[in-house]
Amino acid sequence: MHPESSAVPAQADLLPALHRMQARLGYIPDQAVAELARTCNVSRAEVEGVIGFYHDFRREPPGRRRLQVCCAESCQAMGADALAAHAQARLGVGLGETTADGGVTLEAVYCLGNCACSPAVMLDGRVHGRVDATRLDALLAEGHAA
Amino acid sequence: MSVRIFVPRDSSAASVGAAAVCRAIEDEAARRGLAVDLVRNGSRGLYWLEPFVEVEVSGQRIAYGPVTPDDVPGLFDAGWLEGGAHALFQGPSEAIPYLEKQTRLTFARMGLGDPLSFDDYRAGGGLAGLRRALDLAPADIVAEIDASGLRGRGGAGFPTAIKWRTVLNAGGGQKYIVCNADEGDSGTFSDRMLMEGDPYCLIEGMVIAGLAVGADTGYIYLRSEYPDAWEILENAIVIANREGLLGDDLLGSGKRFELNLFKGAGAYVCGEETSLLESIEGKRGLVRAKPPLPALQGLFGLPTVVNNVITLGSVPWILANGGAAYQAHGMNRSRGTLPFQLAGNLKCTGLVEAPFGVTLRELLYDYGGGSASGRPIRAVQVGGPLGAFVPAADFDLPLDYEAFTAAGATVGHGGIVAFDDTVDMARMARYAMHFCAVESCGKCTPCRVGSVRGVELLDAMLDARSGGANDDTLLRDLCQTMLEGSLCAMGGMTPYPVLSALNHYPEDFGLAPKREEKVA
Ligand SMILES: Cc1cc2nc3c(=O)[nH]c(=O)nc-3n(C[C@H](O)[C@H](O)[C@H](O)COP(=O)(O)O)c2cc1C
Ligand code: SF4
Repeated sequence: MHPESSAVPAQADLLPALHRMQARLGYIPDQAVAELARTCNVSRAEVEGVIGFYHDFRREPPGRRRLQVCCAESCQAMGADALAAHAQARLGVGLGETTADGGVTLEAVYCLGNCACSPAVMLDGRVHGRVDATRLDALLAEGHAA
Repeated sequence: MSVRIFVPRDSSAASVGAAAVCRAIEDEAARRGLAVDLVRNGSRGLYWLEPFVEVEVSGQRIAYGPVTPDDVPGLFDAGWLEGGAHALFQGPSEAIPYLEKQTRLTFARMGLGDPLSFDDYRAGGGLAGLRRALDLAPADIVAEIDASGLRGRGGAGFPTAIKWRTVLNAGGGQKYIVCNADEGDSGTFSDRMLMEGDPYCLIEGMVIAGLAVGADTGYIYLRSEYPDAWEILENAIVIANREGLLGDDLLGSGKRFELNLFKGAGAYVCGEETSLLESIEGKRGLVRAKPPLPALQGLFGLPTVVNNVITLGSVPWILANGGAAYQAHGMNRSRGTLPFQLAGNLKCTGLVEAPFGVTLRELLYDYGGGSASGRPIRAVQVGGPLGAFVPAADFDLPLDYEAFTAAGATVGHGGIVAFDDTVDMARMARYAMHFCAVESCGKCTPCRVGSVRGVELLDAMLDARSGGANDDTLLRDLCQTMLEGSLCAMGGMTPYPVLSALNHYPEDFGLAPKREEKVA
């Protein structure tokens, strides 16, 4: 990955390693923290610090699906608050929570770069634009069938 | 003869169904025994018309949009392969006023071809800038950028040539070019468009920057919210290495440049350049105090150019056409063009590349077509979450760095988010403080603690505002402390949206309207 020509410290692989691990497992388990500390040549506290700093990384397993509702300004201008309220009511969880059956983790996200098609949500890594309550319900239902 | 049909692969077009439209076209063509050649292009940027489908008729592209899968059989019935009339017919793409009126320099190739086709890139004028740069001495490349008047498009508007010259003169060791592709501002998507729609343009710009300052290694710090851009860039880097745009022998010159992709992890503050560098180094994204400048002690402590995607993406055009041609556009000290992004409550949202000096009113009404809801536009936030709210009275303000600064606002990354008259400006002010509290890196007190106090103060004002006897003294004091005492613009500019909301919309806060005259 990194050019041999420059001395890149092992720590520079920490974020890529966390991303790889989370892509595989869905979260960063306890035993991984020690392992990452060793391979990246930093303390466990530093690994925890990094995990805690970045919104992407999770220390707990997420729901089977991940619904992120954009709550940033452009989507707010097009009704994101109502959409987020609808998502919470429908799933029966607050933002940042996972449904009791472990089905869906609901999160707020600040901008998906889809501001010209607001309001936007991301469901399992795919962006959807011009989403209203009906469309959101349909998206959640679609995934269940699949 | 198969007819060429263009359906964007851009993620925003995909978000409103472009892939399904593509499948519907394939199926319907097969059913009718017609030969069509589907090209997945970048977006033209007329997002309100996405999925925006173009049919090539006698060498001219005829547009239809917004197309849903259900429209497809009817479009065939209407003879769209010959450019037939239909309710979704938009005429020849190039003649649509929204596109025709623009000055597309950085976005010259946007949406024309398959973003990953290197032949399309070459045919569209790509590599001309790099060829020229390879014939120039490093200092002469910098001089060309200097002549263009190019300033950083990431928000701060710092002259690019000054930054490059500093790195060029920083000795002969390892140096880096870092592309800031963290694009966290709501209302902005031009970086994403360029990366998804013309990735070689960004790569070429980075290589030219490398030649200019003597850096042979680059990083693109891409936010994790852009998985499609990631995939396209990953592929583009492989192809660019094969084609000699990257690698050990740039276009046969013997010079080298290696490019790495680095994925962010959802922290807005990592768009701040020193926080970004910490992040690549595997650390928490704590903002560094300056000095030292990243230009002298940047990535891994070595001289580093950090530039925004659009800054770097403008470089190939400038080298190919000359700095003078670029600086011929614009006004005062804001030279060239900016790809403005029209977002929020507007009828015609999209990408508008125009010379500096265009007014907000032109962008909002001539291009934007007014609000999507049909209600009056009450406030416009320019420049992302750290940008001020501009009231209707100031819509004639020209988009110019200095004019905006003088008005207590910022051009930033050129994102323009419109709100209609249902907006609650006190809630927007609270959101600004809340966003700062969520995203603060925590290094300095005015930002870390101030933003939390700001949310509390605004909550109290929201509770009490129906009484109409609120007092904003404390909130204004707090804003002053954040403005003056923050280490970076996160805490230092969060007061912009808050104070502009207070100044222009006091009635929303339960304050007496007379406050408006107090601060302009
Ligand atoms: C909180 C914060 C967030 C920022 N986010 C971005 C960003 O997402 N993209 C960007 O290019 N610049 C961002 N900037 C500006 C960068 O610090 C820096 O000025 C820029 O990358 C320099 O490149 P330029 O000169 O080409 O604009 C941000 C600044 C701050 C304070
Ligand atoms: S202003 Fe905020 S984000 Fe910037 S350094 Fe201080 S705490 Fe960090």
